[in-house]
Amino acid sequence: MNPNSSWWDWDHAAAVLPSLLLDGFKITVLATVLGTLIALVLGLIVAIIRRSSPPLINAPVTWVVEFIRMTPLVVQLVFANLVLSQYINSTLAIGICVLGVHYTTYMAEVYRAGIDSVPTGQWEAATALSLPRVRTWRAVVIPQAIRNTLPALGNYAISMFKETPFFVVIYIPELVRVAQNYGSHNFRYTEAITLAGLIFLAASYPTSLLIRRLEKKLA
Amino acid sequence: MDGVIGFIQDLGPNLQLVLERMPMILDGVFITLLASVLGAALALFIAFAFGLALLAKNVLVRGVARVFVEFFRGTSLVVQLFWLAFVLPQLPYPLGFQLDPLLVGVLALGLNYGAYAAEVVRGSIGSVPTGQYEAISALSLSPARGMFRIVIPQAWALMLPSLSNLWIQLLKGSAIVGTVTLYDLFFQVEQLRDRTGTWFAYSFALLAYYLIAWLIVILMNGLEIRAKHQIGRGPALKDSWRSLFRAPGSTPGGGRSARVVRDRSVAKAGTAGEGGLA
Repeated sequence: MNPNSSWWDWDHAAAVLPSLLLDGFKITVLATVLGTLIALVLGLIVAIIRRSSPPLINAPVTWVVEFIRMTPLVVQLVFANLVLSQYINSTLAIGICVLGVHYTTYMAEVYRAGIDSVPTGQWEAATALSLPRVRTWRAVVIPQAIRNTLPALGNYAISMFKETPFFVVIYIPELVRVAQNYGSHNFRYTEAITLAGLIFLAASYPTSLLIRRLEKKLA
Repeated sequence: MDGVIGFIQDLGPNLQLVLERMPMILDGVFITLLASVLGAALALFIAFAFGLALLAKNVLVRGVARVFVEFFRGTSLVVQLFWLAFVLPQLPYPLGFQLDPLLVGVLALGLNYGAYAAEVVRGSIGSVPTGQYEAISALSLSPARGMFRIVIPQAWALMLPSLSNLWIQLLKGSAIVGTVTLYDLFFQVEQLRDRTGTWFAYSFALLAYYLIAWLIVILMNGLEIRAKHQIGRGPALKDSWRSLFRAPGSTPGGGRSARVVRDRSVAKAGTAGEGGLA
């Protein structure tokens, strides 16, 4: 179909790689790190609320969490961007918040399972020692709960990394968007998109190996 | 805030507009359902083919399956989608053909989530107790027969909750296919926006996806109840139809919390990695 096309052109590869790494990848990593931080903190808060609040609060929180978890990140991104762009100037900031909130709903489940796996005896011991409620959570329950959940939380962080390309729908110049822009400007997608994929693989595979090792160590 | 007030004020006319545009919206629903059902079917096929290959004794078979799974898990859905849509047509002969957008969507969704599901299949089959394998040889069943009659039915019950979650992930991931000119539910609802305003159009889209996700949850809950009943570990579907409507991960003893416990036993068996999506 394309008489002039070739399998691979190193000139295009060399031309696109710097902007992929220096512009795209930088934003991708930034979004992953900040999104993970948001999800780690909010997820724990949601898990604690769901564990320790009366049904009247618990039920709506549960429903909202479930709703966010069961609806597409892509739709949430576009929606939030349209609504919030009049208040917040940065599309990237909106994207990171949506990503963080979306993954909050996953991480809350992980924390909840971790909290459930803390033996009842530990709660009873805290009551027997008449530890205040806040201290029970902070010094007894959370440290034990988090230890069990570290691998699962890490897996979600990697999964977030691989979902940052959904940002293309709100035109944030992360890795895949940079690759796509190069492709459409030069009528040549092969090197840009392939390299973007390889960068994802090169970053996520070693990380997932590390987490697997952590998982074995904690098991 | 005015967005929310406008949303309530215009609710009536907007709903009327939805009725007017219903044929287009249903087209979108159809495409979304088609992409997620065909994508899930491809993913399930890949999951069993590569999940079993990951457990093969032959190093070469195992190696090829491992590379395939890590490659499709590691390179991100959107990249795979764009590769099929933009790169494939630019490659020289014998490639260099333009796939139908539906095929692009189904292939990308199936390959990506199939790779995740292969890991689920492997983990579940690996966590069927050794005693069951011993029983197969004690009954002198052939390995294939033992696999299909003894191991897989038990593993199937174990893997269904994770497969259910992955299918919902796939459905959610399918909302990106508009970027490769496949006009799905999200695309069609976005066309409403200039007439109905942002709040209505996107709330409608989210709600529609939420309902479709629930269809998947109910179907998969049903399959799980049936699978457990068939291996003698639970009541029949007609006695426990209420648990069809159990949200994924909302009941202790079901859904995700049970999954984490199982993941730990999976990790102990040296077959870690089923837990998250990574």
